[in-house]
Amino acid sequence: MHTKSLTELAQGLRSGEFSSVELTQHFLKRIKQYHDLNTYITVTEEIALQNAIAADARLASGQGAALTGIPMAQKDIFCTLDIKTSCGSKMLDNFIAPYNATVVEKFNQAGAVLLGKLNMDEFAMGSSNETSYYGAVKNPWNINTVPGGSSGGSGAAVASRLASCATGTDTGGSIRQPAAHCGITGLKPTYGRVSRYGMIAYASSLDQGGPMARSAEDAAILLQTMAGFDPKDSTSVDLSVPNYSAGLNNSLAGLKIGLPKEFFSNDLNSDMAAKLETAINEYRKLGAEIIEISMPNLRLAIPAYYVIAPAECSANLSRFDGVRFGYRCKNPVDLTDLYTRSRGEGFGKEVKRRILMGTYALSTGYYDAYYVKAQKIRRLISDDFKNALTEVDVIMGPVTPTPAFGIGEKIADPIEMYLSDIYTIAINLAGLPALSIPAGFINDLPVGLQIIGNYFTEDRLLNIAHQYQQVTDWHQHTPKGFE
Amino acid sequence: MSLTANDVTQIAHLARLGIDKQDIDSYTKDLSGILDLMTQMSELNTDNVDPMAHPMDQAQRLRTDSISEHNNRDKFMSIAPQAEAGLYLVPKVIE
Repeated sequence: MHTKSLTELAQGLRSGEFSSVELTQHFLKRIKQYHDLNTYITVTEEIALQNAIAADARLASGQGAALTGIPMAQKDIFCTLDIKTSCGSKMLDNFIAPYNATVVEKFNQAGAVLLGKLNMDEFAMGSSNETSYYGAVKNPWNINTVPGGSSGGSGAAVASRLASCATGTDTGGSIRQPAAHCGITGLKPTYGRVSRYGMIAYASSLDQGGPMARSAEDAAILLQTMAGFDPKDSTSVDLSVPNYSAGLNNSLAGLKIGLPKEFFSNDLNSDMAAKLETAINEYRKLGAEIIEISMPNLRLAIPAYYVIAPAECSANLSRFDGVRFGYRCKNPVDLTDLYTRSRGEGFGKEVKRRILMGTYALSTGYYDAYYVKAQKIRRLISDDFKNALTEVDVIMGPVTPTPAFGIGEKIADPIEMYLSDIYTIAINLAGLPALSIPAGFINDLPVGLQIIGNYFTEDRLLNIAHQYQQVTDWHQHTPKGFE
Repeated sequence: MSLTANDVTQIAHLARLGIDKQDIDSYTKDLSGILDLMTQMSELNTDNVDPMAHPMDQAQRLRTDSISEHNNRDKFMSIAPQAEAGLYLVPKVIE
C-alpha cells in the first residue's frame, strides 16, 4: 500500500481495496519498523486512528476530498492543536501548541490522516538535519549520510515510505535540498502562496511552506490543499488558486529553458554536471529550447542571505524568553538571568550562532554596512531573475553541489555547511517558486534537478516536472530495504 | 574583519543569550569567518540601489478593527512555565 501514489490511494479507498484505518495501521507499523531513521519527533498514533475512522465514515457517505483518509505527516514547525510542536528545539520540547497552523487546518478539513510530526533542523536552521535537539535523521539511501535539511525528516520519511507525503518549509533551500538528497519531489512555492500562520518563524521575508511528495502529480494534489489566501497571514497574497493537476499533461513544445552560466561553472562537480546535462537533454527531446543566460549577481547570494536570514532570525527568536511558553531555566536570580539562561540553555549551537550574527548585523554602527547592503544586493539578485525570466520561461540548474554528504562531515564548519545552499538561496531572496525533482544517481545517492519559474507559476513548474517523470523513472526508485 | 572575545560577549549580552565561557573562542572564530564571507558584498557598488525588504514589494494589508479571536487565556496560560491567577510569574523586578 505504501508504494501507491496519492491518486492510487484515493482510488483504493473508494473501491474498497483497503480502508483508511487499514492504510493508517500499515504506515504506523512501518514507522515502528524503521524507527532507527529518526524521521519522526512525535508519532500521533491515537489521533491518526481517530482521523482514519472519521475519514472512512466520510468516504462511505460519498463526501471525500482528494486527501480524505490518506496518511501524511507534518514538519514539526507547523503548530498542531494540543500536540507537541517542538521545531526541533529543546526550547519548545514542552510546547503543546494552543492552535492549528492554517496549513494544518486545511489538511484537517480535507480529511487527511495525521501520522505525526517530522524531525527537522532546530528552528529550520541547518542543511543536514544534524542541528535537531532530537538527533540526526538518517538518509534511507545510505544511513551514514544526511537527508539534507532543514526538512530532513520530511525528505527521509517520504523516501522510505513512512508517510505517503509530507509538508516542508523552505527559507534557503530547506524543501528542495532534502528532496534532492532523498530522491523525492519538493516544491517551494512563490512567497505568499501558502499561509505562514502557525508556521514557526525563522526569517519571515524568506520562509515558505510547500509539499514534499513522491512525484509532481502528488505534489500538485498537496499544493492544491495548502495554497490560498489567508487573512491571518499579513503577507499572504490574495490571488485565486489554479487547478494544479489540470495542466500536468500540457506539451512542453516551445518551452524556453534558461541555463545560467554561473550555475554551470567549473565549480560544479563533473558527475553532477553530467547528470544535469542528461536531464536537460530529455527536455530537448520533449521540445524545449535551451538558452544560456547570465545572472552576474548570483555569486553574492550567500553573503547577502547570511546577513538577512540571521537578522530576521535574531528578531523573531527574541520571543523565546522563558516567560510565557517554552523552556525556562531553573532558579533564575533576576529577570536578566531568566532571559539569558533560558535562551542559553534552550537554544543549540547553530541557532545561537545565527542569533549572534543577526544581532551584530543589526547593531548600531553595523546596520548600514551589513543589513542595508545585503538588502540592496537582494534587489540586484531579484532583478537578475526578473530580467532572465523575460527571456526564458524557466531556469534550470543543480539543487546541491554534491549528493548527500556524510553525517558529521560538515557540522563542525558552519561556512562549509552554508556553502551547500549555494544553488537554492537566491530563489528565496527573490521570492520565486522552484522545485527539485529526482534526476539520477551518483554512487547510489540521488541527484536533484532544480526548476525555477516566474512568480505564481507553480502550475507550469509542476507540468514541466510531470512531463519529465513521464519519460524517466528516477522518481519511482525506492531505497533498498524500504520496498 | 575579525571579532574579539570581548565583542562576542557584548553581542551575546545585546541578544540576552547565555553562552558558555569555554565556547566563546569557537563563536569568535566562527563569526569572524562568517564576517569574512560578508566582505565579498563590498565588491559590488550599490550606491543607487533601493534596499529590498520583502519579495512582493507590497504595502502592509489593513483589516477592519473587529474582534477576530476568541478569549483563549486559560489555554495560553496553561503552557506557561509559571503562572498564577491569570498572571505570568517572573523573578521580582522592583525591590
